[in-house]
Amino acid sequence: MTEIFVLAEHRQGQIRDITFEMLTKGKELAEKTNTDLTAVLLGKDVKEHAKTISEYAKKVFLVEDAKLENFNSEAYQKVLSNLTKEHKPLLTMIGHTSFGVDLAPSLAAALKLPLATDCIDLAFEGETLVITRQMYGGKVNVKAKVRKSESYIVTVRQAAFAAQKPNISGETMEVSSPLTEETTEKRFIEYVSPPPGGVDITAAEVLVGIGRGIKDESNMPMVEELAKALGGVLACSRPIVDKGWLSTDRQVGSSGKTVKPKLYIALGISGAFQHVLGMKNSDLIIAVNKDSNAPIFSFADYGVVDDLFKIAPALKDKIQELKG
Amino acid sequence: MDIIVCVKHVPETAEAEIKIDATGKAIEKTGLVFDINEWDDYALEEAVRIKEKSGGTVTAITVGPEDTDSTLRKCLARGADKAMRLTDPKFQGSDSYAIAKILQSTIKGLSFDLILTGALAGDDGYTMVGPILAELLGIQHATMVKKIEFDDGVAKVNRELEGGLEEKTEVKMPAVLSIQTGINEPRYVSIMGIRKAMKKEIKVLGLADIGLSESEVGETGSWIKVEKIFVPPAEKQAEFIKGSPEEVTTKIAEILKSRGLI
Ligand SMILES: Cc1cc2nc3c(=O)[nH]c(=O)nc-3n(C[C@H](O)[C@H](O)[C@H](O)COP(=O)(O)OP(=O)(O)OC[C@H]3O[C@@H](n4cnc5c(N)ncnc54)[C@H](O)[C@@H]3O)c2cc1C
Repeated sequence: MTEIFVLAEHRQGQIRDITFEMLTKGKELAEKTNTDLTAVLLGKDVKEHAKTISEYAKKVFLVEDAKLENFNSEAYQKVLSNLTKEHKPLLTMIGHTSFGVDLAPSLAAALKLPLATDCIDLAFEGETLVITRQMYGGKVNVKAKVRKSESYIVTVRQAAFAAQKPNISGETMEVSSPLTEETTEKRFIEYVSPPPGGVDITAAEVLVGIGRGIKDESNMPMVEELAKALGGVLACSRPIVDKGWLSTDRQVGSSGKTVKPKLYIALGISGAFQHVLGMKNSDLIIAVNKDSNAPIFSFADYGVVDDLFKIAPALKDKIQELKG
Repeated sequence: MDIIVCVKHVPETAEAEIKIDATGKAIEKTGLVFDINEWDDYALEEAVRIKEKSGGTVTAITVGPEDTDSTLRKCLARGADKAMRLTDPKFQGSDSYAIAKILQSTIKGLSFDLILTGALAGDDGYTMVGPILAELLGIQHATMVKKIEFDDGVAKVNRELEGGLEEKTEVKMPAVLSIQTGINEPRYVSIMGIRKAMKKEIKVLGLADIGLSESEVGETGSWIKVEKIFVPPAEKQAEFIKGSPEEVTTKIAEILKSRGLI
């Protein structure tokens, strides 16, 4: 009987959520394909992690080595190549995270195994892997077949599957590290934390989130006034930070902050998954976008299909009028 | 330093209405505006900045039909010295894996110190051309790169992780670095630059020139075969507030009031 591998992701002493999300989906796939679910954990002094993960998988392969202390695609690739060649898993699941996208493509190319990235759903039809992923910033979904192979690799989108704790107590098996010498071509140096910010958008009750629809830096005062009228704070999507119009501490999303205000008004934000990940649990979401098909409208409570340059100033006036 | 930048010509879809075409496997492309992929724009700018600082050349390479020339011209106008287009009807249907093979067979014959790509393409979002290209060339890579410094045969890069955290990693050169947005501020193109770029040659190569077999490219050479595309099922659907700005904002104000937000 073959197996399904899930690569555990952890950083700075924490197992990352994506690990449990993949283990949950992996368990379902293993049951359907009559295979075993095996978590693969690489690191240094991570026996505690192995214990936690063994409650989600039948088996945990634990490879400990000082060279695996921090993520390093060169070292990870060597270890995973060996395990894959030896065990020929039907499927290897890796997070579509910064770690995962640094590892999975070169691993797949080296092993000559087909890879599907950023999957939001997976199923086997017979022996063929069928995946669902998104294109055009989430405006369309794609259903695709992966080239037939005895072993597949996928990267899985964060938060695509809800983690559930099953009733398993798996077995941890220590596997000796195949890394004989230092990795020679790639070396982790250190983590770099973002500079301490001036504003804490995670503490605000009202956020006015602005996106690329704001068009020009000269339009910033208009939205600032709206935020002020609402007693709120300005937040934004990534392009606004990339352009330098707002500082990094205002960015909402997977590479920014996760917020949960009482009110989030999204102005000219399309609703790409990476943004939505950071704000979809807000109590009340109102989106203004001139494109009625913008993905943001499937996350918002209320939507206005119109020009933000008409709605935002009018809303500011209306609020000020009511406040007197 | 001689730098190769891989770029893609993609449709701008953030504000456009998207229609699924008759095959059900792609979107209707007519009427869409195409431009350089956003991530590649940052990669090209970074390459030009490195060249301006330490000398060398920048070569922009794309895989695509003839109309991708406008993206290559933009690269030339921005400061690239040379441009290459890899075009062949057999390339049709190539996924990122096949594209990486096409790029590799071309690049292996060129001399270079560094290869830059965008971290991903805004259309299909595969996020894999850079690291696969590196693996096929037998060199190292780093993805999601937000900062590059050079030091004695290595590149020290900051890779973006989640939640605003970064990691500093050292990679042996020559390497493939996949660039994340925000690493720099891409410059505007001057009219002069555009005029000069119009005169430059774009070298065009096909399947026969790069020594790949037909089965290695296109759909047969790919990992992913699109079955169908469709509009995503909504997690929930917003209640649309309609009317004039006055009516809309009155309604919003009522909602906010009912929730004690004003
Ligand atoms: C690894 C990675 C991490 C990322 N992390 C983040 C993150 O943390 N946060 C984040 O936000 N993004 C992140 N992104 C980027 C993300 O994929 C999107 O590119 C980004 O969120 C798009 O921002 P936007 O919605 O402002 O712009 P666009 O997608 O360009 O959308 C602009 C919207 O404005 C609308 N519009 C234009 N003019 C008007 C007008 N006058 N009135 C009304 N509406 C108008 C348009 O219809 C469109 O929907 C990340 C990407 C990657 C690859």
